[in-house]
Amino acid sequence: MAAAPDSVGGTSPGGFIGWIDQRFPLTKLWREQVSEYYAPKNFNFWYYFGVLSIVVLVNQLVTGIFLTMNYKPSAAEAFGSVEYIMRDLDWGWLIRYMHSTGASAFFIVVYLHMFRALLYGSYRKPRELLWIFGCIIYLLLMAEAFMGYVLPWGNMSFWGAQVITSLFGSLPIIGGSLVEWIRGDFVIADATLNRFFALHVAALPLALVFLVMAHLMALHEVGSNNPDGIEIKKLKGPDGHPLDGIPFHPYYTVKDLAGIAAFLALFAAVIFFAPTFFGVFLEEANFEPANPLQTPPHIAPVWYFTPFYAMLRAVPSFAGTQVWGVLVMGAAIVVLFFLPWLDRSPVKSIRYKGPIYKIALAIFSVSFVILGVCGLKPPSGIYPLLAKICTGLYFAFFLLMPWYTKIDSVKPVPERVTGHA
Amino acid sequence: MLKRLTLLAVLMLPAGFAAAEEGESYLHAGTDIYNTESLQRGARNFMNYCSGCHSLQYLRYNRMGTDLKIPPADLAALMFTSTKAFDHIVSAMPADSEKWFGKKPPDLTLITRAKGVDYVYSFLHGFYVDPKRLWGVNNQYYPNAAMPAVLSSLQGLQKPVFKSESVDGQEKMVLTGLELIPPAPGEEKRFLTPAEYDDFVRDTVNFLDYAGEPIKAKRQSLGIFVVLFLLVFFVFAFLLKKEYWKDVH
Repeated sequence: MAAAPDSVGGTSPGGFIGWIDQRFPLTKLWREQVSEYYAPKNFNFWYYFGVLSIVVLVNQLVTGIFLTMNYKPSAAEAFGSVEYIMRDLDWGWLIRYMHSTGASAFFIVVYLHMFRALLYGSYRKPRELLWIFGCIIYLLLMAEAFMGYVLPWGNMSFWGAQVITSLFGSLPIIGGSLVEWIRGDFVIADATLNRFFALHVAALPLALVFLVMAHLMALHEVGSNNPDGIEIKKLKGPDGHPLDGIPFHPYYTVKDLAGIAAFLALFAAVIFFAPTFFGVFLEEANFEPANPLQTPPHIAPVWYFTPFYAMLRAVPSFAGTQVWGVLVMGAAIVVLFFLPWLDRSPVKSIRYKGPIYKIALAIFSVSFVILGVCGLKPPSGIYPLLAKICTGLYFAFFLLMPWYTKIDSVKPVPERVTGHA
Repeated sequence: MLKRLTLLAVLMLPAGFAAAEEGESYLHAGTDIYNTESLQRGARNFMNYCSGCHSLQYLRYNRMGTDLKIPPADLAALMFTSTKAFDHIVSAMPADSEKWFGKKPPDLTLITRAKGVDYVYSFLHGFYVDPKRLWGVNNQYYPNAAMPAVLSSLQGLQKPVFKSESVDGQEKMVLTGLELIPPAPGEEKRFLTPAEYDDFVRDTVNFLDYAGEPIKAKRQSLGIFVVLFLLVFFVFAFLLKKEYWKDVH
């Protein structure tokens, strides 16, 4: 079959691909999304974490499917079935460690991916919806991780679920019935485990995959931001392609391949040499089966939740209710959604922003890490005070942003991107 | 580069905090899961002294036999008569053993993963005479433990050493250490020397560490090849990137 012009303006291959192209836009999709998607040529280190979150997502989906084949979602059998996977199932230990390490890796790459957006203003117009999709993905990821952590039915799974679900009980009027509705029982029990399993392996992954696709579609519609915060689509060459853009394939596919290899080397190092990561990725108390009669000496959520857990504990009860801490914790997530409208700086990238934003971002980042540490520690000594201060700083970063970004000095933004990595 | 280092430092911050707070005063176990002979002795110790009450419900005899290179005949000697090689290592404790001790003797498959080898090693060194307790002994590292001093036939008995200390204005006796009660004349030969006892416990704890994660040794040795492969792969991927990016200016 002779090559025929197609709607993208190129030529369509013949043969088998041509046969498909007449029935399904395969070549069209490939061109639009990959081989003729023009990305800025100056992506740096921070731009690996998007593709790495896809790598980890795929890892979680694939290993998760194999775990599901051998895991038993019942209070009586769950703990034993995990040990069965770890001991009797060929390579089960590897699949389980890839999944448990993947959970922490997911949050590491997603936090760095979000930090990149803060550095280069990737949430600014026209990427507000892209940012919001990302925030929803982050929110779903937290739900997914929380429910996944309950499944091994260790003692920390049980008590963590107990603490987190009881948070909803502090809501006025509906609180009590809401907690019962979530748990499916008066306490964390077999019914809770069953429904968390259903949500963890079907509902939430499905929603996550759809949202990741929406996130990518929005990205490819508006085009990628870059470390200079310049819209490369403004300057196009005679061929109609951005002057500062290069096709995603092969340039970024090979570059990402190297990044993925480096990431996998680190990932494998953790899986093979420190799968519990010193009690941070897999907590010691979770090697004891769930025991409703014995509380672990110190209940702490897994590290990726601890900044928010610290905020929850930092807020004192007031007017006879603990609900304020829960509201503050919720607000810490909700405020992220408004970021595109809080930033009033005339420039996007930190490279051209003034010292105020740089200091604000540094304080914010350090506060977030300190909050994470506070959430891991028992609420005694210096930690409660630190948590209070850092909670204030976390919110100040967002709520004062409309003012400090306006008065901050800015540097002139160049026409073209500067250099490439 | 400096920025990346700073980032790395910030990321390591929580780990630093965590490391600073460890160092609970446990004895150092000094176990080595690569020492197969120690694991074999530990398995024998466990079967002779522990398995009467404590199960290893997630470990199978034949898995242990293969991993620890125990010949089938020797393995059979470690098993109860009616058990099969593929059975899990369960104890002979009846279901109502809670009545005897106030607590069912816990399964020990994952004890080292939940509490660490140093804890178990210390616990087995921590028994001392305390007439107030049901079995006449208490434990320095797990106060009011329900377990009797099973290994006192090897170690001998220890007596507590107290120091008077003022806590919140009140004089209190604080346990500072343990001291071996010298055996009666002519009875010395009945017990292990302290060094022999340390080795006995170390082997046993080493075996429990193995039981907690039988794949650990293989996981680590395999990991070296996986990481090396990925690093070599990275070099080639990086060179490929360099080649492609030559024409980007």
